[in-house]
Amino acid sequence: MFDFLSGYDVLGAFWMTVKLTVLSAVGSLVWGTLLAGMRVSPVPMMRGFGTFYVNIVRNIPLTIIILFTSLGLADIFRVTLGASDFKVQGFRLAVLGLIAYTAAFVCEAIRSGINTVPVGQAEAARAIGLNFGQTLRLIVLPQAFRAVIGPLANVLIALTKNTTVAAAIGVAEAATLMKTMIENEAQTLAIGAVFALGFVILTLPVGLVLGWLGKRLAVKR
Amino acid sequence: MSSVLYDTPGPRAKRRNALLSAVFLVLLGALVWWVWKTMDDKQQLKWALWQPFTTSEAWTTYLLPGLVNTLKAAALSMVIALPLGAVFGIARLSDHRWVRIVAGVVVEFFRAIPVLLLMLFANELYNRYTQVNSDDRPLYAVVTGLVLYNASVLAEVVRAGILALPKGQTEAAYAIGLRKGQTMTGILLPQAVTAMLPAIVSQLVVIVKDTALGGVMLGYAELLSERGTLAANYANVIASFIVVAAIYIVLNFALTSFAGWLEHRLRRSKRSTGAALGAEEVDELNAAKVGGTY
Repeated sequence: MFDFLSGYDVLGAFWMTVKLTVLSAVGSLVWGTLLAGMRVSPVPMMRGFGTFYVNIVRNIPLTIIILFTSLGLADIFRVTLGASDFKVQGFRLAVLGLIAYTAAFVCEAIRSGINTVPVGQAEAARAIGLNFGQTLRLIVLPQAFRAVIGPLANVLIALTKNTTVAAAIGVAEAATLMKTMIENEAQTLAIGAVFALGFVILTLPVGLVLGWLGKRLAVKR
Repeated sequence: MSSVLYDTPGPRAKRRNALLSAVFLVLLGALVWWVWKTMDDKQQLKWALWQPFTTSEAWTTYLLPGLVNTLKAAALSMVIALPLGAVFGIARLSDHRWVRIVAGVVVEFFRAIPVLLLMLFANELYNRYTQVNSDDRPLYAVVTGLVLYNASVLAEVVRAGILALPKGQTEAAYAIGLRKGQTMTGILLPQAVTAMLPAIVSQLVVIVKDTALGGVMLGYAELLSERGTLAANYANVIASFIVVAAIYIVLNFALTSFAGWLEHRLRRSKRSTGAALGAEEVDELNAAKVGGTY
């Protein structure tokens, strides 16, 4: 029944998908938060840069970005990211591309979270004499964090699916293995089902847990 | 402007913001200069690499046919996915529990799977079980993958569009004696389609971006894979990447702006209920949201 799986490292391929997802998630959370900070800051120049970055990156296919990290950065500009061998280099380049792309969506999610806090909340905080730091720490951010969980969960799920694009530069993750298997084995439907199930297993708990958390913590207005 | 984060700046804050702007501008300038210098060091700014784009050959042989294929795949996917999505979206609103459950499972399943896997899978199915010739197969596979994924996203868009209408619409329809089916086809759907227009245009951006996957992984001759052919001919990898990225940006930015304009128009339109689904909702729907309520 499942003898077509023998000789292939399906779990290893999904482990690569998980590694790509986790590292890119952490990186894009940091860079996306910085971008969001720029986009909501009172400094016009920073706002302009944040808006520019998000609008450019969101309108480019992720495939171009990932391909460029390999054919452009690595081949032409010799960016190796400190990798010793070709496999590690491909992996790191893919993470770099995924971070650059996903950060734009993280930025928008965080910004929309901040925008759900009514202006009256901050005005009231200032009216009772809280300074900028206190307003941010006690009033705005606690409410914004709660509103951000749902959108960020969506970004994380989209990122998990987007890691398959790393197949374009030969990273040995799930989609790469599926392509190999589907070409060499006869059981097309069964192979498709196995890989589909793998992604359902990866995304379902994230959606359920974070969705439940987001609903539970959401500020009822 | 007073925002939730800071008050309207006074004279001191204005000075501080201007100073920070200046510092940030200097940093940005340094970054741009460094990128420019690196490009120059690697001989990437030579006119010979950019000159092909001023000739008609590069455009008529590579870029425009590629762009046409990109748009062809995107348009086909949208045209096929929309009615499919409408059927599933309405099925998810059905009064019969088993119809709701089956439609829900199908929609959630295809939203949870990466579009690339759907494309690879479709490609192999056409290869093994159909007579589609190998020249057409990439297009078939790309469109099939995109349809499966986007029909399930559009199903949610349709559902959200119908739910976005004021409840009074349904109530009024029932009050004048219309049946369930009549209410759906005569009252709710026509209004929902209008409300959904911005979301549908926004989804086109997602589709256009995903066609590039078919170019790289299945050899469909769209814009991104034509870039490879072009760069092989003129030996201008970086320049071709920048030009092709710019084409995508212009195309998608136009679509996004059009969607925003539509949304704005619908929201203040006097003749409708003002129900509209915009890009924000679409971003949410593009992530698999399992067990979530909208």
